[in-house]
Amino acid sequence: MTRIGNIPMGRVVPAVENRRGFLRKSISLAGGAAMALGGATAARAQGDPAILELPAHSKGLGKGVATSAYGLPSEHEKNLQRRESPGLTRVPQSSVAFTPLQGLFGIITPSGVHFERHHQGWWDIDPRQHRLMMMGMVREPRVYTMDDLMRLPAVSRIHFIECGANTGMEWGNVAVPTVQYTHGMLSCCEFTGVPLSKLLEDCGADVKKGRYVLAEGADGSGLTRTIGMERALDDVMVAWAMNGEMLRPENGYPLRLVVPGVQGVSWVKWLRRLEVGDQPWNTREETLHYIDLLPDGRHRQYTSVQECKSVITTPSGGQVLLNKGYYNVTGLAWSGRDRIRRVDVSFDGGRNWSQARLENPVLPKALTRFNIDWVWDGRPAILQSRAVDATGYVQPKIGQLRAVRGTRSIYHNNAIQSWLVAANGEVSNVQVG
Amino acid sequence: MSRWVKWMSVAAAMLFCTQAVAQSRYPGVGRTATAAEITAWDIDVRADFKGLPPGSGSVSRGEAVWEAKCTSCHGSFGESNAFFPPIIGGTRAEDIVRGRVEALARPGEQRSTMMKLSQISTLWDYINRAMPFNAPKTLTTDEVYALTAYILNQGDVVPANFVLTERNIAEVQKRLPNRNGLSRDHGLWETRGRPDVQAFACMANCGPEPRIVSQLPDHARGSHGDLAAQNRLIGPVRGVSLTQGATAAAVVAAAPVARDPARDLAEKSGCLACHGAKQRVVGPSLAEIAAKYKADGGAEAKLVAKVKSGGQGVWGNVPMPPSSLQEQDLRTVVRWILNTH
Repeated sequence: MTRIGNIPMGRVVPAVENRRGFLRKSISLAGGAAMALGGATAARAQGDPAILELPAHSKGLGKGVATSAYGLPSEHEKNLQRRESPGLTRVPQSSVAFTPLQGLFGIITPSGVHFERHHQGWWDIDPRQHRLMMMGMVREPRVYTMDDLMRLPAVSRIHFIECGANTGMEWGNVAVPTVQYTHGMLSCCEFTGVPLSKLLEDCGADVKKGRYVLAEGADGSGLTRTIGMERALDDVMVAWAMNGEMLRPENGYPLRLVVPGVQGVSWVKWLRRLEVGDQPWNTREETLHYIDLLPDGRHRQYTSVQECKSVITTPSGGQVLLNKGYYNVTGLAWSGRDRIRRVDVSFDGGRNWSQARLENPVLPKALTRFNIDWVWDGRPAILQSRAVDATGYVQPKIGQLRAVRGTRSIYHNNAIQSWLVAANGEVSNVQVG
Repeated sequence: MSRWVKWMSVAAAMLFCTQAVAQSRYPGVGRTATAAEITAWDIDVRADFKGLPPGSGSVSRGEAVWEAKCTSCHGSFGESNAFFPPIIGGTRAEDIVRGRVEALARPGEQRSTMMKLSQISTLWDYINRAMPFNAPKTLTTDEVYALTAYILNQGDVVPANFVLTERNIAEVQKRLPNRNGLSRDHGLWETRGRPDVQAFACMANCGPEPRIVSQLPDHARGSHGDLAAQNRLIGPVRGVSLTQGATAAAVVAAAPVARDPARDLAEKSGCLACHGAKQRVVGPSLAEIAAKYKADGGAEAKLVAKVKSGGQGVWGNVPMPPSSLQEQDLRTVVRWILNTH
């Protein structure tokens, strides 16, 4: 074997500089605070130590390929995580973990921080044992394995998914501090699967008399939701993939329904069965929950569409601006009815509005990223965004929603969000009237 | 299932198979479901009782099953709010007559299952498919009838000697307190449905001067933990630090902060997740603790013992878990709390 010094060739080992650097630092600390401080001041006068003193990564050997066989975010990004809202639920198997919207870019939600909502805990199901059954008002009830489904003609589409209860804590008043908790039951991914219309055709569904489809999960809750046949034949997908890989277990691995524009509960996870029928089912999640209480004591049933909505994510509640000066104010807009046509932003609590730039792509029933220039002069400001979708629908103010639906609906709160920027740069969640 | 029915379904399945191969656009993909497979999975019960298997269960049988399998979460009478919203409560005899629960129109009322329930089939189907919470789909059909009967009795919908069966369940439906309480008259089902709220996109000099009508009270600032730890370390903003206050200047001066080893210890062992320096989070603030024990000479020993064993009841009902810190580290943390807050 060829050797240079003591190092065998063919196997490169990292230099020992790290250890030496560590020793040097320890010595300087032990050498007394006065000396260290004097040195630091002198260095600062010449410039930024981050430039003047070359860091270890510029002077050493980095890690090899496949050190992390399935890559993870940087160690420095650990603050951006899914989180529960304390006190919202008491059982983690029947709870919500919110997406950290305050730290995301573009429109795609990384799979690892896609929001979670489970009704009776999640499972990592063996895909070889998973089956999908199509039955009810069909010519031929059929069973598909994952092998079968993944042979079918697939499509990939980008769609948002939003829980019907997103922003539900804010109907009556401000309740939570950050956009993660006000709006974080929202994600947007590229889903790959087979259009439900192909499966309905394959089993000979009676789409005239069978006006509804029941979707059922394989988990303990056996979660069930009714989907209208018109929608089922339009853009609903039976999906196995998300963001280029198989679905994550928390998001329904190996199979889930994708119902674009409709609240997340209808996107049944661990999907095992689809039944065609001639009336809706009145399941628990459409009779006791996911019903919207009106002021007169009635509940609206089968509210499904997630109407046009937007929120500024930077700056947003619980953040502090670095200083006065320029900011690219950015946020997300979406509509369950169509694509986003326009987003307006106000810096004075809704008195005056300017049109924001929409980032491409602008897709139907998907998140759309908007940006707008802002120079903060150090005075208090109230930031708002207002989206308009291609149907012409304008995102309402909270007062306009309350005038029709009261304050106890829980679901489908798509109000304009207000963030107060205080003179000290701190941003907080407020509602304006 | 009789042998004859079984034979027929096999024959039908074979017939379908032949047809499917002939007709499918995707030959070789999927197969016909057998009758037994459909029976095994087709468990849904609709509002018209399609899918409801025959069976029966008395209120008293239901009470026995309830005591054994349901009380730990829902309480003896379905009234518990400990883990899930209550099942029973908030309905009156007048509601049964009217089919609308009057209390739902009153703000501030907690909504029980019985207050909202508009379809008896929903209750039966849900118990059958999803209960008990930790062992779903293990109840027999008769147990599901019995539990449904028990819940109905607790809600004063049926008498204590009632036996629920597939033959009288439609009669019970007519007595549900909130059977007329649902509406489908809205535009949120279809994509093309008409929105109920119509806003207008004014661009300049819109409406009156905005007034802040709601914001988080100061004591709730720490309700969701330290927001500095929930935001990126770089970029145009930082998260508000609940331990250091929230001035922009403090953030901009990104000079390394002198570390206090005792504070690091407290942070590393999770103390600061529940105790803010000045704010209550889950437990009392460190300043409150220091103030309470200021004049107490034996405070250090008392608090070390308390943190070590965990406790409850001094500051509230949320229990503090026992600490796994070594005795010496415990003393360091406790001294830090008492001396620097």
